[in-house]
Amino acid sequence: MKQVKHRNSTSKVLGFCLAVMLAFSTSIFAQGDVAAGKALFNSNCAACHKLDKDMTGPALRGVAERLEKDWLASWIRNSAKMVKAGDSYAVEVFEKYNKTAMTAFPQFSDADIDNILAYTSAPKPEPKVAVAPVGGSSGNDGVSTDIVLGLLALVLVVLAVMLVMVTKTLNNLAKQGGVVVEKTDSIWKRFVKNQFLVLVSVIAFMLFAGYHLFGFFMQVGVDQGYKPVQPIHFSHKIHAGDNEIDCKYCHSSARVSKTSGIPALNVCMNCHKTISEVAPETADADHSKGFYDEQIQKLYKATGWSDADQAYTGAPEPVKWVRVHNLPDFAYFNHSQHVTVAGVACQKCHGPVEEMEILEQHAPLTMGWCINCHRDTNVKTEGNEYYTKIHAELKKKYGVDQLTVAQMGGLECGKCHY
Amino acid sequence: MASNKKYWKSVEELDTNSVVETLQQSEFVEEIPVGDFLGDKETLEDSSTTRRDFLKYVGFSTAAASLAACEGPVIKSIPYVVQPEQIRPGVADYYATTIANGFDFASVLVKTREGRPIKIEPNKLASSNGGTTARVQASVLSLYDNMRLKQPVANNEFVYWSDLDKAVTGKLAELNTSGKEVVLLTQTFASPSTTRLISEFKAKYSNVRHVVYDAISESAALDAFQEKYGERGLADYNLENADLIVSVGADFLGDWQGGGYEGSYAKGRVPKDGKMSRHVQFESNMSLSGANADLRVSLTPSEQKVALAKLYGYVTGSSVGGKLPKAVEAAVKKIAAELKKAGSRAVVLTGIQDKGAQTVCLAINEALASKAFNTATPVKLRQGSDAAMNQLVADVKSGKIGAVIMSGVNPVYTLADGEAFGEALKKIELTVSFTEREDETSGYVKYLGAAPHYLESWGDVEFKKGHYSLIQPTIKPLFDTRQFQDSLLKWMGSDDSYYTYIKSTWSTGFLGGSSWNKALHDGVLVAPVVAVEAQEGDAVAAEEAPIANVGATVAKLAKATAKGMELSLYVKTGMGDGQMANNPWLQEFPDPLTRATWDNYLTMSQVDADRLGLSLAQSTFFTEARHDANGGLNGTYANITVNGVTLKVPVMIQPGQAVGSVGMAFGYGRKLGLKTEMQTGVSAYKLYANADTTQDIKIEVTEGIHEFACLQLHNTLMGRGDIVKDTTLEVFNTTDAKHWNPKPMVSKDHKMIPASDPGADLWTSFDRSIGHHFNLSIDLNSCTGCGACVVACHAENNVPVVGKSEVRRSRDMHWLRIDRYYSSQDSFIDDVEKKDNIAGLGSSLSEFAELENPAANPQVVFQPVMCQHCNHASCETVCPVAATSHGRQGQNQMAYNRCVGTRYCANNCAYKVRRFNWFLYNDNDEFDFNMNDDLGKMVLNPDVVVRSRGVMEKCSMCIQMTQKTILDAKREGRPIKDGEFQTACSNACETGAMKFGDINDHDSEVFRMKNDNRAYHLLEHIGTEPNVVYQTKVRNSNEA
Repeated sequence: MKQVKHRNSTSKVLGFCLAVMLAFSTSIFAQGDVAAGKALFNSNCAACHKLDKDMTGPALRGVAERLEKDWLASWIRNSAKMVKAGDSYAVEVFEKYNKTAMTAFPQFSDADIDNILAYTSAPKPEPKVAVAPVGGSSGNDGVSTDIVLGLLALVLVVLAVMLVMVTKTLNNLAKQGGVVVEKTDSIWKRFVKNQFLVLVSVIAFMLFAGYHLFGFFMQVGVDQGYKPVQPIHFSHKIHAGDNEIDCKYCHSSARVSKTSGIPALNVCMNCHKTISEVAPETADADHSKGFYDEQIQKLYKATGWSDADQAYTGAPEPVKWVRVHNLPDFAYFNHSQHVTVAGVACQKCHGPVEEMEILEQHAPLTMGWCINCHRDTNVKTEGNEYYTKIHAELKKKYGVDQLTVAQMGGLECGKCHY
Repeated sequence: MASNKKYWKSVEELDTNSVVETLQQSEFVEEIPVGDFLGDKETLEDSSTTRRDFLKYVGFSTAAASLAACEGPVIKSIPYVVQPEQIRPGVADYYATTIANGFDFASVLVKTREGRPIKIEPNKLASSNGGTTARVQASVLSLYDNMRLKQPVANNEFVYWSDLDKAVTGKLAELNTSGKEVVLLTQTFASPSTTRLISEFKAKYSNVRHVVYDAISESAALDAFQEKYGERGLADYNLENADLIVSVGADFLGDWQGGGYEGSYAKGRVPKDGKMSRHVQFESNMSLSGANADLRVSLTPSEQKVALAKLYGYVTGSSVGGKLPKAVEAAVKKIAAELKKAGSRAVVLTGIQDKGAQTVCLAINEALASKAFNTATPVKLRQGSDAAMNQLVADVKSGKIGAVIMSGVNPVYTLADGEAFGEALKKIELTVSFTEREDETSGYVKYLGAAPHYLESWGDVEFKKGHYSLIQPTIKPLFDTRQFQDSLLKWMGSDDSYYTYIKSTWSTGFLGGSSWNKALHDGVLVAPVVAVEAQEGDAVAAEEAPIANVGATVAKLAKATAKGMELSLYVKTGMGDGQMANNPWLQEFPDPLTRATWDNYLTMSQVDADRLGLSLAQSTFFTEARHDANGGLNGTYANITVNGVTLKVPVMIQPGQAVGSVGMAFGYGRKLGLKTEMQTGVSAYKLYANADTTQDIKIEVTEGIHEFACLQLHNTLMGRGDIVKDTTLEVFNTTDAKHWNPKPMVSKDHKMIPASDPGADLWTSFDRSIGHHFNLSIDLNSCTGCGACVVACHAENNVPVVGKSEVRRSRDMHWLRIDRYYSSQDSFIDDVEKKDNIAGLGSSLSEFAELENPAANPQVVFQPVMCQHCNHASCETVCPVAATSHGRQGQNQMAYNRCVGTRYCANNCAYKVRRFNWFLYNDNDEFDFNMNDDLGKMVLNPDVVVRSRGVMEKCSMCIQMTQKTILDAKREGRPIKDGEFQTACSNACETGAMKFGDINDHDSEVFRMKNDNRAYHLLEHIGTEPNVVYQTKVRNSNEA
């Protein structure tokens, strides 16, 4: 009973669909929902297809114009079957793309396919012309300051000239009036004669020099703000910021090892096999899309990936990154201790990496900086059975609720130097 | 009023006209060559550079250099392109593998960092041969040896493997048709797969002979065992089951019959419930075993044979002739009685290289029905046959052989007439040698196959019947090398790799139901014993007639006499058979007994040396003879002649050496394939005629003084019982600990209080009861002095090698030393008594001097000493820059980058364990050892700093290891179990003498050891409160 009823309804729906299709046959694809299509495309097709570029599979923009919808629908649902059946175009496509069978999507409804095709038929957006900075607001600021400064300088010069002229005139007048101007010692001689002043200024000078020398020597070997140019312009802002990729996805050894590890290039290729160019929106004022695309090409060159062939064909050339954070060899630092055990956020030491277009050293990485943090930071002992006993005992000893790293022995020389 | 007394430095000073006066006038003895220094005056004046200019240049360049130094260098980091799944930078991986180089066999774990093997550790899963010796520990450094063969060689030119294959297979086919014999001359592989492979090779090429050759032969023992039990192997001993161990010339704690007995030996040596095993040693050279014995009887090699025969006679109740010195005779009689009493709980071992003696030894153990003696699972680690080798040498010389293919052997070096054999080899049509480095033999062969190191190879080993172990590579071959087995497969026309070949051997053979992956993971497999397998090497008709009658053999043994002085060749703990002579760790490894590095020598008793005029007088305040002013030991040279071969060797006086015998170590005197620094000593193989370690020798004095580089400048304790405490089992069992392990007392307010009393302390104590508190316990009873810990410490802590001349200046860098003390009396207790009875200045002058002379047959104690990590450390208080400080966990920490090198700490250390970097030992041509080239540096542990010049260093109690254990536990969120904490030394210690752990964990082994009644601290009375605790040595002098 039920089945019969069901069949009826199906045929009704099909009939209705047919009627609709006939009615709007010419503009059928335009009827799909472009937004829904985009979502479906990105989640199902984008691994192998792009709109305007051949990848694992062919470029798909305008595919609906090139091919019959029925053909497309059966291809999408099971391409292997069509190839097997000997459909000439199907075989041709299969041969052309390295005999890689396309994943079958039997779950797609007609509407889904319509939506996807609608998305692929959408006209190519005009490339956004990067807005050239036309003497904008930022420029104005600079100019006005310059003018003000220039004017001030001019005023000063005029005043100085006027002062000289006034003195000269007064002197002349005095001479003419017979007034004898008493000749005084030069300011330098008077200064030398004043022993107190000499003493004070020598002390002041020594203090000044000492302060600056100390400052100079203390920054030797401290590379805070070190921001070297890297062989590949890798933007942490795009990856960790815009795309919100977790730090430890790439720097996975930070969880288990002393080093956070510079990711191996095969980690990059996990995503960049399919991302061969950046979206136009990624480009900003300083970096064009072409610039970023070039960086991805550098990655391909280093891994030996051929985007055209979709295969590793070239010889790999390891990338020689310039190391930014560089602890001396005599200091032992373990990432996993801080990341996994203590749960310290990466940003605590590395700064807002997700905002850095070019990575720079945020912290001074000096011993004083380490020690200060160890003095202030509490040990994360909750839920860690290792700490149960020692925490209870030390709490009693120091009479505190929360132990700092220093109280746990985190200031001992041998904890970092061996 | 000032005194009018005149002081003088030497008698010459009193003579007013002497040269002394002239010397007093000038600051330097010789005139300083200022003229030469500045060049001749004319050019100096002509020079446009004035003094002021010069100063300007110096000033500017110094300023420029220091400014340039402010700029940090740009450091490049190069990640993997494709990261291997198992490798995580900064995390160590461990692989189980096996060393089997024909001499050393051990199942080991290899620690790798970023794909580089950096350390060898014992495989604790192994049922046999799971311990590491000093050589096994050091073997990892041989991997990174620049002198290794990097490519195959044909006729002195580097070639490709394909060329070599073509030439060899062509020749083999030719020989196959002509019918001339092809000989495979190999080391003992003890490998089931290689045995199978060679039998297949024989099937492919009809006329193949396989000869197994051990550089240091155990053929006598093998022949005796084979004759008695029908299988070629060596009897297996489980010394744990023996209450009485009698060894006649067997250094079973060394390399006797493949070694590996110290573990089971040590188990019985710790007094438990008032009982411990008793060890009696009859020997001529002072060996490691003799040094550990409860009773050591020194006698010449020929007397050993008589003694063994007599032991047999007493045990079986038959009468045996033969003459022995009275004292020895009495000792033999007494020990025979002990043997009979102990019955099946006794065992007799012998190292006499004589088939008859070995047969008699087996017979004694049979007669005793010894429980420690096992013939069901014979040991396979030595399989060479002297008869087969002699036959081969004769055949090669007569030109009967068509091809000789060698692997792992160096006969030109290890045969007594090696050069003659080499010349004969030259005439053979096809000669191939598989070797890791150019050696003495390689000059005589046409092709050199570059062989990989064992850490780059596949293989399998059968230690003893049914006990298997796998060799797996832990790094990709560094050079273009290929192993012997892969080459045989190739030459047989097989496409298999040796890896698949081993896998098929295992899965069709003994793997049974267990998994290959598990076997590879564990590295070891114990399989049920199957029927007799094919033996390695081809059988050769024995030269001697089979021994039908033990009685006749005994009678023959009992007649053994010596013609004059007897030479007894032995194996040195560090050098072994000499394969690893290019290993700086082993060259600098101090011999446990003589404490000498970088050398071999003739060991001789004081009596013989005096008789032959080979003894140097004791140095005095005025003269330098035996010792230089800086303490370096000197020796005379002797010309020794054995079978017409004469060698000039230095003489070392060895207490305990049997009068009438001398000893000399194998493994030295190599020249080829070695850095110049490593070409040390004299080759004893030249004297190794007929593969017999005992030879008649003629000794003559010759001119010259030899400079030794010894680590220890004094020999005895001078009766200081607060350094080494020892007692006898009887006293230990019957009296209170305060008699044999007295707690030191000090006087306070005219009252005696214990030195550990807080009232006696200068310092206030810190509370160390919270968290971990590490202690290391060292049991002097189970420490055999093998020195595995010394090399393990080198490897773990990047300790530099400094070379012979620096060691002679006492600038060795070993963080851990094993002090060896002799007794000047018969026992250490006598020493203490003698010292205590010294009264008055006169007697102290004479008797202290006597105390420093070790007895003719002294007792020996080994005492590992490293930084004692004193809670009240004297070094810490004197450091002006606070570079050394104390941690809550008990470790005395050393911040190298803070040290300015005043060396106050070393001066103030009571234990003399601090080491100063007098030079930069890395990247320095003057110290061309492993830290001077990129390859050698690959062995460095990346978790430990490589120290620079001018800083002090010392044992850190492997803080990098304890910290790692703690971090692992924190990451996994669990408390730490006892046994998890280890140091490099405690981990390497096979006998369990070193135990490391947390004494705040009251269930831990080390807590128990610390509170044991045998426990004491070194120099306890000075109140340093060390965190290293020693266990009093107990000797079993009870006659069972």
